[in-house]
Amino acid sequence: MPITLEHVSLIYDQDTPHSITALDDVSLEIPDGQFIGIIGHTGSGKSTLVQHLNGLIKCTSGTICFNGQNVDEKGFDKKMLRSKVGLVFQYPEHQLFEIDVFSDVCFGPKNLGLPQEEIEARAKEALQSVGLSEEFYKQSPFELSGGQKRRVAIAGVLAMKPQILILDEPTAGLDPQGRTEILELIKEMQIKTGMTILLVSHSMDDVAEYVDRIIVMNHGKVMFDDAPKAVFQHHEELEQIGLSAPQVTYICHRLKEQGLDVDTDVTTLSEAVDSIYHALQPGTPRAENGL
Amino acid sequence: MEIIRAKDVTYEYSKRDEEGNEIGVNTAVNQVSLEVRQGDFIAILGHNGSGKSTLAKHINAILTPTEGTVVVDGMDTRDEEKVWQIRQTAGMVFQNPDNQIIGQIVEEDVGFGPENMGVPTKEIWERVEESLKAVGMYGYRLHSPNKLSGGQKQRVSIAGVLAMHPKCIILDEPTAMLDPNGRKEVIRAARALNDVEGITIILITHYMEEIIHADRVFVMDQGKIAMQGTPKEVFSRVEELQRLRLDVPQVTLVAYELQKRGIPLPDGILTVDELAEALAAVRAKNLESGKV
Repeated sequence: MPITLEHVSLIYDQDTPHSITALDDVSLEIPDGQFIGIIGHTGSGKSTLVQHLNGLIKCTSGTICFNGQNVDEKGFDKKMLRSKVGLVFQYPEHQLFEIDVFSDVCFGPKNLGLPQEEIEARAKEALQSVGLSEEFYKQSPFELSGGQKRRVAIAGVLAMKPQILILDEPTAGLDPQGRTEILELIKEMQIKTGMTILLVSHSMDDVAEYVDRIIVMNHGKVMFDDAPKAVFQHHEELEQIGLSAPQVTYICHRLKEQGLDVDTDVTTLSEAVDSIYHALQPGTPRAENGL
Repeated sequence: MEIIRAKDVTYEYSKRDEEGNEIGVNTAVNQVSLEVRQGDFIAILGHNGSGKSTLAKHINAILTPTEGTVVVDGMDTRDEEKVWQIRQTAGMVFQNPDNQIIGQIVEEDVGFGPENMGVPTKEIWERVEESLKAVGMYGYRLHSPNKLSGGQKQRVSIAGVLAMHPKCIILDEPTAMLDPNGRKEVIRAARALNDVEGITIILITHYMEEIIHADRVFVMDQGKIAMQGTPKEVFSRVEELQRLRLDVPQVTLVAYELQKRGIPLPDGILTVDELAEALAAVRAKNLESGKV
């Protein structure tokens, strides 16, 4: 179920002296099954953008189509849209409220009006896919660790069986291990279910490691929209807008300046290590050509 | 001169069920001893739930130890008469900027602390001015805090603590909710206060690249200090850090992986410059031995 945005703009307080353009003529195609990273500094419009995708915000101008249908047309089923496009907010654990983990995850499907059996089956499946075993079911969500709470919150959205999952800064405030666990989990879910995933993030290192495509937002506009390698080639422009390429990209640029024949388009740790290692090896074809 | 001396500090709290009956005891901090010298920049690392924030809350008497003692600038934190003086000596900045700003405009917010201390009005304004200048926010003194970015709000929070003229500032994950720019602003402000004003800084964080300039690093795990030393010493122990659910900076990790593949690099490389230099040395050696 692809989403298409055509010339979408959002202006807050239009026609007043306080008017702010949060989104400025954004056109995007989001086909099925992609893992997309949306990056941008605070206030660049990335959260505003994703909130349009499940109809939480109505754009001032332009059209948003879900599976070919205009979502702002009269008679469009927004409830259906919200069950198909799941949105995990920043700090989703702030929205946990039930007395135990299992009831919390059941809340979404219960509101879809599903039969009890189906509700429970979905909750179990969702909790399983976020790696929380039955021993957690009866625990209060408030007694869990930060990473576990976040898993419960994600399971709550998964239980709605969305086809598109949007996560707004899902790793904010977690410790390094917690960050890796959540990102691995998302990647695994994407591979298993073929779900479309949109990951809003500040962390270039994370985005480079996991996504197929990066959309860079700046001042409400799409600045770059390409594969990670291609986007991070623009590291100087990214710096100007308060972002950066992954640290390994800089390392390789620096080594290249020093005359070591490394690839400067590396974006992940293992690529960097391979490239440096090969550049150092005597006798390999690469080293012979380069040195 | 030690400004903070913690000796055998243990902090326990009881877990209660819905009726309020005690069902167990949690030990958040377990027999921790540490000393911090006036003017040091200290970093405390640890995964979520390792006890680092609980320990930090002992330093300005928000919590007092179940066992052991914490002495701040010669004052025992259990001495109730000294509590206010301790909190003026060691000020704290928390994670969420929105929870600690109360003023309608920036300068009022910063003046709140000294006003409560009974500082004369004229001096309050002097302190507000110098504090805002120290964190680079003087130009925003008449703005509403609501319209500032996260990094700017945190710098206002730091100025608010600074206006109380503390000897020590504790920053409890001050950058966890900020974007990369905001993080840089806050860390730069903290380092400047340490360098220029000689204020002792205790920085609690998850972000490894924020602590490479610290004088000493403590790593907490299960309420205990699991590792301590200079950043170089601590980051030389990559595997141990990973076992403690922590990262190392990416450049350290690149060096570590290359080492594993047999490239002779020194331990604990922390910056791109160090790596470039070490690799240049490796290449020079290779050339010398006629391998290339």
